[in-house]
Amino acid sequence: MPLLIIDEQACIGCGACVDVCPFAALEMIDDIAVVNDNCTACSACLEVCPVDALSLPERQAEAPGAVDSYRGVWVWVEQFNGQASSISWEMMGQGRLLANQLGVSLTACVLGENAHPLAEEAIAYGADRVFLAEDPTLRVYRTEPYSKILYALVREHRPEIFLLGASSRGRDLAGSVATDLYTGLTADCTGLEIDPETRLLRQTRPAYGGNIMATILTPHHRPQMATVRHRVFEVPARDPARQGQIVPVSVSLSENDIVTRVVDFIVEEEEVNLADARIIVAGGRGVSGSEGFEPLRELAHVLNGAVGASRAAVDAGWIPYAHQVGQTGRTVRPDLYIACGISGAIQHRAGMSTARVIVAINKDPEAPIFDVATYGIVGDLFQVVPALTAQFRRKLRT
Amino acid sequence: MLTALGGDQIARMSAVHVRRKNLHAIVCIKSVPDTTEVRFNPETNTLMRDEVESIINPFDTYAIEEALRLKEAHGGKVTVLTMGPPKAEKELREAVAMGCDEAIFLSAREFAGSDTWATAYTLAQAIRRIGAYDIIFCGKQAMDGDTGQVGPGVANQLEIPQLTYVFKVREIDLEGRSIQVERLLEEGREVVETRLPALLTVVKDINQPRYPTFRGIRTARRLEIPVWGAAEIEAAPQYLGLDGSPTQVIRVFTPPKREGRVEMIDGDSVDAMADALADRLLGDKVV
Repeated sequence: MPLLIIDEQACIGCGACVDVCPFAALEMIDDIAVVNDNCTACSACLEVCPVDALSLPERQAEAPGAVDSYRGVWVWVEQFNGQASSISWEMMGQGRLLANQLGVSLTACVLGENAHPLAEEAIAYGADRVFLAEDPTLRVYRTEPYSKILYALVREHRPEIFLLGASSRGRDLAGSVATDLYTGLTADCTGLEIDPETRLLRQTRPAYGGNIMATILTPHHRPQMATVRHRVFEVPARDPARQGQIVPVSVSLSENDIVTRVVDFIVEEEEVNLADARIIVAGGRGVSGSEGFEPLRELAHVLNGAVGASRAAVDAGWIPYAHQVGQTGRTVRPDLYIACGISGAIQHRAGMSTARVIVAINKDPEAPIFDVATYGIVGDLFQVVPALTAQFRRKLRT
Repeated sequence: MLTALGGDQIARMSAVHVRRKNLHAIVCIKSVPDTTEVRFNPETNTLMRDEVESIINPFDTYAIEEALRLKEAHGGKVTVLTMGPPKAEKELREAVAMGCDEAIFLSAREFAGSDTWATAYTLAQAIRRIGAYDIIFCGKQAMDGDTGQVGPGVANQLEIPQLTYVFKVREIDLEGRSIQVERLLEEGREVVETRLPALLTVVKDINQPRYPTFRGIRTARRLEIPVWGAAEIEAAPQYLGLDGSPTQVIRVFTPPKREGRVEMIDGDSVDAMADALADRLLGDKVV
């Protein structure tokens, strides 16, 4: 993909650029300069063109002072099959607080097919304005059309803050949009605050597996972009009477312009959406085999939770990788995490230690999992877990 | 029949045969500290990297393995690329010992302090210099920064499609210039296809990375690895390193410890313990 832009109307076919190109990336076809993939955007040809027909894309930072012309807080509403993911509304709550503090409006970006109901939901959850892009090409998330629409909206309306969920899609999209915009992007934030003196967004995030926290600013580029971790911020109260403006966005891409096609979607038989789960029952080496997960599944079923696993259990082939919690799996933040037969290596704790309540069930009283647990039981999980399931069956029925 | 052909024709025929499309895969890797216990220099708020051994970012080993498997299936070569301080060259040699054919090392003062934007820019410039390729592999994220932003950044800079969180490469058609993969998303696996060249970031479950072989280690020791700086990749200096990075780390601190100690639940029987625990959890309103 050569970066060089050639104005074919202006080109006079003199060939000066072809002579100076160090990479043989230019040639004359029908008396007009044509660039090929050898182009490195080195700019050697720009100076020699007598009619200024050659240019490279601008990626200039905003000049000092220009950042002040950016106003407003934006949130991307992630949806799958027309359902918004909960992170979208969690961000709407925090976005509302930030917007109030800055004295600006809160805007939601809703992209999809027949997504009007989501736009109304966004208003109920706190948006003042919704940009609504509806098109068949937007039914399923794809990087290219989503990124192009958001890029164009940001360029036109210039928000100062843009939040996206730190989900697979959110990270995929934010990484692309921020690169195009040449602005700062902070991943997986667990803290977002406004510095009252500078109006800058203080973005705090864990790194090194949660061993350290870093606070990050984007001082001179706009918007200040961040992806936000699941279940850190509360979903705000939904107010169906709230008023807001829905602004339709025209979609100029056609299916033929998009190189990526989603062919199929395979949903595992078992629910493994760990990111959204309020309760996770997880098993480790102590589970001792794939059938050992059965009692954990029963407990998860009774509690309406999901089943997680440690790396040891996944590497042993007892359960698919999608269930893995920890540094090489998913980072989760449920209300309740029940660790069964998990010793609690630091890499596992990195993925779950911010759960609200942690229960550790382990034979070994010295297991490091007890250091992060709220409640601990020393015992055989094959006795304790079924007993706990029976207790909840009885107590939750009444 | 063959004898009836002139030498010229034979030469032309074998030229056609040789032109059969071979794969060129580029793998971007990162050297990361081999521990999660890291120390910071409080003066500069930067990592004190010299104290601990470094390793290839574990997620990147799956990227290397996938590239090597494609090379074995289709012929061709794998180029491994990293940006980092001088000692990160060790990780490049390890990748070569695993089977990568060529290595490029981006190491220069100008690159220091790069955030994900500047890193993606630098890697993309280097890839432009490397030349034609079919596929770029990255790990889904690095173990130290945990951002997962550099892969999409490189794809965007190069204006090629990105397929993140790839769990399986189903099909690759080098002549037809297309690829079909499964991506691991929160709700399940998405089957998606796109055009080549493309950038893939891979998750752990995609394969089991191999170990370096003795022969590979010998090759790696001898391999000459070019070191590229800003000049070699024709980079615009304002986009490099700290100056080119839109984000700025202003504070690094250790997270607050979990409050309180564990409450051990004892009891005469398993049922009594389960009963007590269930009551606590109902009382905490987490169930």
